[in-house]
Amino acid sequence: MADDPVAADDDFVEPVTKTTGDPADAKMWTARLRRRIVQAFPPDRLLPDRQPAYVASWIYVFGVATVAALVVVIVTGCILAIKGPQWWHVSTVGHFVNSCHLWSVELFFFAMVIHLWGKFFMGAWRGRRAMTWIIGGVTFLGSIVTAFTGYISQTNFDSQWISTQAKDGINATGGGALFDVLNFGQMLMWHITLMPIVVVLLTAWHVLLVRRRGVVPPYPARAPRGATPMPGVAQ
Amino acid sequence: MFGSPDEPALTLKNWSTADPADFVASAAKELAGTSFVANYGPPYNNSVGAVQRLGPFHLPDILGVRIPINTAKDFVLGPLGSQPGPRALSSALATYVAASTSQQQAWANAYANNTLNPDGSTRVTFVNGKVVMPPGNYGPVAVLMQQETQIARSGALDQALITPTGFYTTDYTRPSLFLADGGWFATQGQNQNLTGTQWGMMNETGSYPGQAWLWLYTMLYQIPPYNSTWAANADVDVWFTMVVLTGLLIFVPFIPGLRSIPRLTRVYRLIWRKHYRLIEQPAPGP
Repeated sequence: MADDPVAADDDFVEPVTKTTGDPADAKMWTARLRRRIVQAFPPDRLLPDRQPAYVASWIYVFGVATVAALVVVIVTGCILAIKGPQWWHVSTVGHFVNSCHLWSVELFFFAMVIHLWGKFFMGAWRGRRAMTWIIGGVTFLGSIVTAFTGYISQTNFDSQWISTQAKDGINATGGGALFDVLNFGQMLMWHITLMPIVVVLLTAWHVLLVRRRGVVPPYPARAPRGATPMPGVAQ
Repeated sequence: MFGSPDEPALTLKNWSTADPADFVASAAKELAGTSFVANYGPPYNNSVGAVQRLGPFHLPDILGVRIPINTAKDFVLGPLGSQPGPRALSSALATYVAASTSQQQAWANAYANNTLNPDGSTRVTFVNGKVVMPPGNYGPVAVLMQQETQIARSGALDQALITPTGFYTTDYTRPSLFLADGGWFATQGQNQNLTGTQWGMMNETGSYPGQAWLWLYTMLYQIPPYNSTWAANADVDVWFTMVVLTGLLIFVPFIPGLRSIPRLTRVYRLIWRKHYRLIEQPAPGP
């Protein structure tokens, strides 16, 4: 979009400087990769000091809250992984950590769903931000699979019930042949290795895209009554 | 109050001790091959009991039987053969295995069918540690069921079902399928408000939110046509619907009409109300 300042920034070519490497090494793959990274994510855009004035809205809190809850989920999950899947049944400390894991997951989803609907009603895919939206949606799906495998890895009645109920739906799709929800070992590995890697990588990708494209600007405003028509302002 | 719920896992020992009649009736169906799991279909066996259609397609048939389960062999005959028992057990096993398939089914069906009255109430009683059945031509099945109940009540059946491949195990597919095949397990779920008509699998025990984010998936099971004309294929139809809805959500930036909803509903003006208030205020007079 010609009138999109962020899109215009993408055409900017970073000169070969101290940051981007010695000119003699400019053709090396490391220099080329570094230049591309610096061009895509200049430090001031990667970690900006200020945001546009329209970011002063509570809705922006929920994206940050989602990431904050994910950090707590990962930390408590790591503690549970260190001590093993049975620990929380026999230790009060373990039960506390598991409870923190549970509630941080609940907060994670609560914040993420509000973030998602907020971004929907902001039309947050505008201005070459469709990939940011798509990665966010896929992260939401990955989070559901991660939470689901966690619920069926609890080694208690909840995991027995949820897995025996869920098997019919998954088997009906043919997926049960590869994804056996009654196989505790398989589900635990999905929960503590595969899916956390996927969700963390997708979250990082999503956040980097937000940094690269910037937060979506508001829809054009109505022109004040009696004002002279201006470009980009709806009448 | 905020501690995560932790109802202990149920075992075949719990089941056979709390409700031996239901356990015996279920075990007899597993032996007769008339249980839900015995007639499930892929990925467990080649039956068609639980196979659903998505239009003309049987999706479970694509990958076929990957987790083979023979309920008679895996849930009854195998565990009984792996346990030490009285001479009557080895004799009953030998008699059963040597009989023709039709004879085996005749005995097992006679036993399974005699476990319930026409109104669904049980005809099995458990007296002084013994399973008591109405008289009938059960052949060796009466001894097999007696011993199956004994090893279940001792806890040995739980171990036998998870250790057929050796010492280490993390696969609970067999005991879970056996447990879920009985009426007692469903009753425990109902007591915790967990059945499909209550909260479904999005709930968890106690007053906890559970997987609330699955609300749409579980809600579809509660409404027509998924619970009426499509009920026979409800699982695959609900999954297909969720795939379509998920696709719409993820690709909304490219879908005309859907991508215009934010602009048309103008909810964004509430989100950015300070911004619009600021830039839309009337220009100060001269």
